[in-house]
Amino acid sequence: MIRPFKKQRQLSLTPNYIVLIILVGFALGPLVVLAFNSLKSSAEAGRNPLGIPSTFIWSNYPTAWERGGFALTTRNSSIFVVGTVLGVLLLGGMAAYSLARLKLPGANLVMGYFLIASTLPVWLFLVPLFILWRNLGLYNTIHGLIIIYIALNSPFAIFLLRSYMVNLPADFEDAARVDGANEWQVFSRIVIPLSWPGFLTVGLVVALSVWNEFLLATVFLSDQKLLPVATSYYQFTTRFSRDWGLTSAAAVMMIAPILVIFLALQRRFIEGLTQGGVRG
Amino acid sequence: MAPQQSALTRPAQGLPSRRKTRFTRKMLVPWLFVLPILLLHMLIAVGPSLAAVYYSLTKWSGIGPAEFIGLENFRRMLFDDTDFKRAFLHNLIWLGLFLTIPILLSLAAASLLAPIKRGGMLFRAALFIPYIVPSVVTASIWRNLLHPTLGVGAQLAKVGIPGFDVAYLGQSGTALYAAAFVDNWHWWGFLMVLFLAAMQNIPPDLYEAARIDGATRWQEFRHITIPGIRPTLTFMILMTAIWSFLVFDYVWILTQGGPAGGSEVMGTLVYKNAFNRFDAGYASALGLTMSCFAGIMIAIFAVLRRRGWEI
Repeated sequence: MIRPFKKQRQLSLTPNYIVLIILVGFALGPLVVLAFNSLKSSAEAGRNPLGIPSTFIWSNYPTAWERGGFALTTRNSSIFVVGTVLGVLLLGGMAAYSLARLKLPGANLVMGYFLIASTLPVWLFLVPLFILWRNLGLYNTIHGLIIIYIALNSPFAIFLLRSYMVNLPADFEDAARVDGANEWQVFSRIVIPLSWPGFLTVGLVVALSVWNEFLLATVFLSDQKLLPVATSYYQFTTRFSRDWGLTSAAAVMMIAPILVIFLALQRRFIEGLTQGGVRG
Repeated sequence: MAPQQSALTRPAQGLPSRRKTRFTRKMLVPWLFVLPILLLHMLIAVGPSLAAVYYSLTKWSGIGPAEFIGLENFRRMLFDDTDFKRAFLHNLIWLGLFLTIPILLSLAAASLLAPIKRGGMLFRAALFIPYIVPSVVTASIWRNLLHPTLGVGAQLAKVGIPGFDVAYLGQSGTALYAAAFVDNWHWWGFLMVLFLAAMQNIPPDLYEAARIDGATRWQEFRHITIPGIRPTLTFMILMTAIWSFLVFDYVWILTQGGPAGGSEVMGTLVYKNAFNRFDAGYASALGLTMSCFAGIMIAIFAVLRRRGWEI
């Protein structure tokens, strides 16, 4: 009785697997082609633009690294990512702590503010913000852009961290307060360690969004020396548009770190990104 | 309550310091934790948004004093600027494309993936990967794949399937659709994962009951799956509607709104007016207008919900 039933169930899922495998091909095929092209000479990319390379030109990678100035842009992007993540985790975490644990008078107003203000589209305030930043001397500076990133990534961080902290047991905090700890000590020594999964999730999502960010980096930076990898790669592809080997190698170097982290921390990544509802 | 009462019954001289610590503890400290990010966010989002409302009523290059011209920018936008009309139409097309294709595709994929136990996580990760690829890389990959003489179309022509070796991104008639296609490649996997998560929260006994009653797969999908994921579905439809008016990255990177305005959207138009033509007043008016369309979408949803629609 059990065998035929089992067989029937498996049979009925076969079409699902077939369609899904085709869809995986659609999702990953272009990335496979990218990896192939990153190992071709420009002549071969012209002859054989989609297939496996006949000879593997590994030197594309150092060449692209050199010509694309990746040493500098990777450093810049790392500063943007680390600066923004630390800022969001600290300032957003503090706000979340106050909203979740300190019975902030007017907490509903603050939550309402972040809910509404986070829906303001960047296009609404982009031009005046650009003027303001120029007048404040923050245009074309690394910290100027980091401040913008921190502000715009914070509402999401506050919502997610708050929902983590609301569910923490109060015992540890109370014990620390009885021992004479002030609120800052409770926050930094008790609450942060207890809600680290939330902090990790937020950190991953913010890091990804900063690493991939394009519009604000284009608007708020003009100095070549300050560009992050995304906008610098964009210029690289327009300069070397004919040399697919080089542009593809540069692209692989740009997505490799994201892919590795994503595959290692997949669940947390997906959880964070789907809760954030961020549009990349 | 006990400390509070004792504070009130204390002699007058003890009151101020006691009250001060109470104020510090209950009011000042919680606000000190919130204020830094609150003020920063106001400085960056709210202040400039209000300024945009004023600048939209001025003629201004972005440097020096702004000249107040009333509603002239909006008159120009609605009656003189054919670029704006075309861009707005393109945003509507974008809206139509994104409300149908990625949502149907991701619903189909999620409902195929939901019953799969073995390898389900693997499929989910694989389909999600395009979402984490930066827009500049996605654009670069597809510029090559959609290339008229080197891309997929040209390879098909080589093996005897002609007609697809078209410069999709290089013709004004197809550029918008090609850019939408590329954006969608990166986007639908994310939707799929959201719908999948919602579907996995539907109690399995609903499906079992339906199967006992002899329901077909379509009936299961229509009467159990769709109602089960309705909150997620409507939320993502709302978000799609909002984002469709704000699109920029893929269009800008792939075509810069060209060729000949063939893929111009409101976002690329704001960018050009603000940063290429230095028409900051007009750009503010455009930015305000496209934000209003996004706001109208939220309002429509709120009204429908108040009228008792189950969304």
